Amino acid sequence: MENLAPLVDQALVAIQQAKDASALDQIRVQYLGKKGELTQLLKGLGKLSPEERPQAGEAINQAKGKVQDALNTRKAALAEAALNAQLANERLDVTLPGRQQPIGGLHPVTRTIERIEEFFASIGFSVAEGPEIEDDYHNFEALNIPAHHPARAMHDTFYFDESTVLRTHTSPVQVRSMESQEPPIRIICPGRVYRCDSDMTHSPMFHQVEGLLVDQNISFADLKGILQQFLRVFFEDDVRVRFRPSYFPFTEPSIEVDIDRGDGKWLEILGCGMVHPRVFEMSGIDPEVYTGFAFGMGVERLAMLRYGVNDLRLFFDNDLKFLSQWR
Amino acid sequence: MKFSEQWLREWVNPQLDSTALESLLSLAGLEVDDLTPAAGAFSGVVVGEIIQAEPHPNADKLQVCTVNNGQEQIQVVCGAPNARPSLKTAFAQVGAVLPGDFKIKKAKLRQVESFGMLSSEKELGISEENAGIMELAADAPVGTDLRDYLQLDDQIFDVDLTPNRADCLSLSGMAREVGVITRQDVQSPQVEEVEAQHDEIFPIQLDAPQACPRYLGRIIKGVNIQATTPLWMRERLRRSGIRSIDPVVDVTNYVMLELGQPMHAFDLAQLSDRIVVRYAEPGEQLTLLDDSTLTLARQDLVIADQNKALALAGIMGGQHSGCHLNTQDIFLEVAYFDPIAMAGRARAHGLHTDSSHRFERGVDFKLQHQAMARATALLLEIAGGQPGPINEAVSEGDLPTRTPVILRKDRLAQLLAVRLEDANVADILTRLGLIVTDKGDHWYAEVPSYRFDITLEVDLIEEVARIYGYDNLPVTAPRSEMRMQGQQESLRPLRRLREQLVANGYQEAVTYSFIDPKWSTLFDPEHPPIPLANPISTDLAVMRTSLLPGLVKALLHNQKRQQPRVRLFETGLRFIRDGEQTEQTPMLSVLASGNRLPESWHGEEAPVDFYDLKGDLESILEATGEVDRFSFETAEHPALHPGQSARILKDDQAVGWIGALHPALCQTLEIKGRPLVFEITLEAIQERQVTHFEAISKYPEMRRDLAVLVEASLPVAKLLDVVRQSTDETLVDLRLFDVYQGQGVPEGQKSLALGLTWQHPSRTLTDDEINAQVEAVVTSLQERFAATLRS
Repeated sequence: MENLAPLVDQALVAIQQAKDASALDQIRVQYLGKKGELTQLLKGLGKLSPEERPQAGEAINQAKGKVQDALNTRKAALAEAALNAQLANERLDVTLPGRQQPIGGLHPVTRTIERIEEFFASIGFSVAEGPEIEDDYHNFEALNIPAHHPARAMHDTFYFDESTVLRTHTSPVQVRSMESQEPPIRIICPGRVYRCDSDMTHSPMFHQVEGLLVDQNISFADLKGILQQFLRVFFEDDVRVRFRPSYFPFTEPSIEVDIDRGDGKWLEILGCGMVHPRVFEMSGIDPEVYTGFAFGMGVERLAMLRYGVNDLRLFFDNDLKFLSQWR
Repeated sequence: MKFSEQWLREWVNPQLDSTALESLLSLAGLEVDDLTPAAGAFSGVVVGEIIQAEPHPNADKLQVCTVNNGQEQIQVVCGAPNARPSLKTAFAQVGAVLPGDFKIKKAKLRQVESFGMLSSEKELGISEENAGIMELAADAPVGTDLRDYLQLDDQIFDVDLTPNRADCLSLSGMAREVGVITRQDVQSPQVEEVEAQHDEIFPIQLDAPQACPRYLGRIIKGVNIQATTPLWMRERLRRSGIRSIDPVVDVTNYVMLELGQPMHAFDLAQLSDRIVVRYAEPGEQLTLLDDSTLTLARQDLVIADQNKALALAGIMGGQHSGCHLNTQDIFLEVAYFDPIAMAGRARAHGLHTDSSHRFERGVDFKLQHQAMARATALLLEIAGGQPGPINEAVSEGDLPTRTPVILRKDRLAQLLAVRLEDANVADILTRLGLIVTDKGDHWYAEVPSYRFDITLEVDLIEEVARIYGYDNLPVTAPRSEMRMQGQQESLRPLRRLREQLVANGYQEAVTYSFIDPKWSTLFDPEHPPIPLANPISTDLAVMRTSLLPGLVKALLHNQKRQQPRVRLFETGLRFIRDGEQTEQTPMLSVLASGNRLPESWHGEEAPVDFYDLKGDLESILEATGEVDRFSFETAEHPALHPGQSARILKDDQAVGWIGALHPALCQTLEIKGRPLVFEITLEAIQERQVTHFEAISKYPEMRRDLAVLVEASLPVAKLLDVVRQSTDETLVDLRLFDVYQGQGVPEGQKSLALGLTWQHPSRTLTDDEINAQVEAVVTSLQERFAATLRS
């Protein structure tokens, strides 16, 4: 028993000098294993007198505990050092850019149409679409624009033959909806339209969103209310709105709407009106029972005002430096 | 419609300035396009009289004039050829300021002193006339400020009238409208019938009474066509954008502006026997006043005499029968032509005149006598002559009728959402010229002959609303039953699809629906495109049969602007003629060009290839939830690389194409790199499976890997199909994790490594069961493809 203290000191030194987990394990076996030096001491207790045994047993157990604690502590320290080394080794320059497929974007026309659709969907309008190569009847006749009507000069129409045109507005979609649906009708018709005209402010193809509401007791005041709301949510601004009489063969009264965004200048922004009774009759809706309104707006024009774009032609060049500005 | 504000104010003179009037007109639906001063800003210019004009001693083209300014005689050097004694002209005195802040000072021209300047119209900003100095009337009061004398402190209104408002194409109509808006009374000039001074008439025969139900003619003999049109009339014409020609033309134009009635004057000496108003003989020729010769069609209405067509009715006079410098006796025509008969005729000949503009839209059919009286009186005053009696040919039954319109008070209130005072409504309608009777619950309104646009109740409602002011009407929000919008879950919304593409790095493009026919042939020779009858240019002349040409054009635009990576998509219609039908099919087209990822520090740079694009397409197909319905088959497309193109099938129906652009096409179009494209019908990828839940198995998955050697040319899809057929429904995953050719693999063969995973929904599969399936797969592959297992 007299060599217990030196033995412990010897073990503690070895533990302190151990470089890794396997060296520690060897030390554990050497001192605490079944045939370990401290274990052997415990087995030698039998040679002591019964009076000495408890005291000596306790001393040996204390020594074993001390060695075990030292082993644990050293093991944890080694693990921590190893982890620290790994972490240091794996350090990255986090300021380097990531490996990405850069995101694309929607065309500003689509983005504008989607916004408009959402506003009207939120009050119960659904989206209707139709053909772009359209017959003369749906593009003109059914909208109260008979052949040679002076209003046809307002539409520079692309023709395929005498009775087939590229639609000059999305109004034919409204006609088709009225022909096939019973009121109440609440639709919005976005899409491409075509006019045979091209310069700084005209493109032979552009986009319109038209809307139609047909129900009982729809009034001029409702039309004013809807459009005023629309323009304010579209521009997210309390724009001033002005309603001005105009003329479209398919509405009566007909209206042009101007806005003032705070600079005192009135800008024409959309056309609208109460659906003409003849248009109702041609589509099989009784104008004595139902009234309604229709409106139409140029998407590019709205987008230009909303985003400050100054040249219409940019919308169709598909220049990435232009398109990538809408993210 | 352009007119002088002063002229308007002679008829109706509201206490409003020009800008306020402009705004009121616009808000009443008569949109003022432009409001411009009648002359430039100048001061210090007076009416001067040239007393003497002597040649300049040192210059051939100059004269030294002595000018009376009403107070003294002043020496002015002038270069105008028309400077002559007794001419009254515009005299800018020393101290005058001309437009452009040009100050007139004492000057010396070739050693002769000059105190002021004699001015042309152009120098004063009145017109473009610059041939000589202004020629004022002989009675112009010397010394009067020119602005006062010519009443130049005036504004010119240019009103853009909508096609329904023919009634406002005159001063009288415009004045009536202003009278209604401002609730002012309107003064119209007195027009008195002129007594005939002889009894000669020229016969008139109406052969097309529906098109021309009324025709008035009058002979005026001994007209001095060389008389000068008075300044006030020339000024009014000028301010309406009409050039002064001679007194006869000027008077007819003036009456057209004043009353809205187009007129025409023939040289009586050129007319033979009688006037015949008839439709043209097909092929009949007519040379117009503008020297153009037309070949007429059966729908053209002409004014003819016994022998030939003289004028295109209501559009333009003929050259042969028009008035000339030597004309002495004239035949004055005032007619009413039916708008429907006139519709489109001018445009059919590429013409548009002040006259056709009015007749197409509708001229007051009761105006002809008044216009004849007015024109005769004016002409006599200016150019003298002896009028004969008016000869009128009329077909009363063919004149338009005006049906009274009933306006229900309740309907008006319902549509405008406000009940206006009865007296107010009646006043508006009465001022507009309707004869209104209050019948208790409605008004009975008789419509004047000048309104072609009031036939229905709603037309009256519009008039009331317009004059009351749209902005003054109430604003509400519509009330309606709340009703939910259904939404088909089995249809993937287009916007989700777009978002997916955007997330995958694609930029949406919008390209024209019409393209260059040459490009159409390059990309899709099998479908002849539908041509436009009137394209805007040759490179936008046919409807696209595919969206790819548009995307490739956009690619080129960007490549020319140093964009190395271009990833675009577009959705829209393609147009394919199928016999008599036109198929307008919504498509999705996608293009990728350049490197897979942008240039960066990690150096992983490789051009995008077929499998990159196919992967992006497959992720769209995956989103349908029914990817198994799609397959790819090796097929050739004229625009695609023959070894890198596939037809996309859905349930064995062709729905699109994918591939690399054909190298020859890239060379032709000077495209850099090798873009990859696909195009597919939207219908195929928008349909989706509504999920039917399958229980999730709690039992373990088992995986076996197989490596087989097959012919190098074998399409892998076929092999995978056989693997699926040889296993049962417990095979839950099949993936190809390696394709290898090279060392260790015999020439002409390839090694495919497959990972097969099984799982049973309700129990653990045994090794024996799995082994049996693997055995079945190996056997099938051996039988079908002579595949050998690779050890």
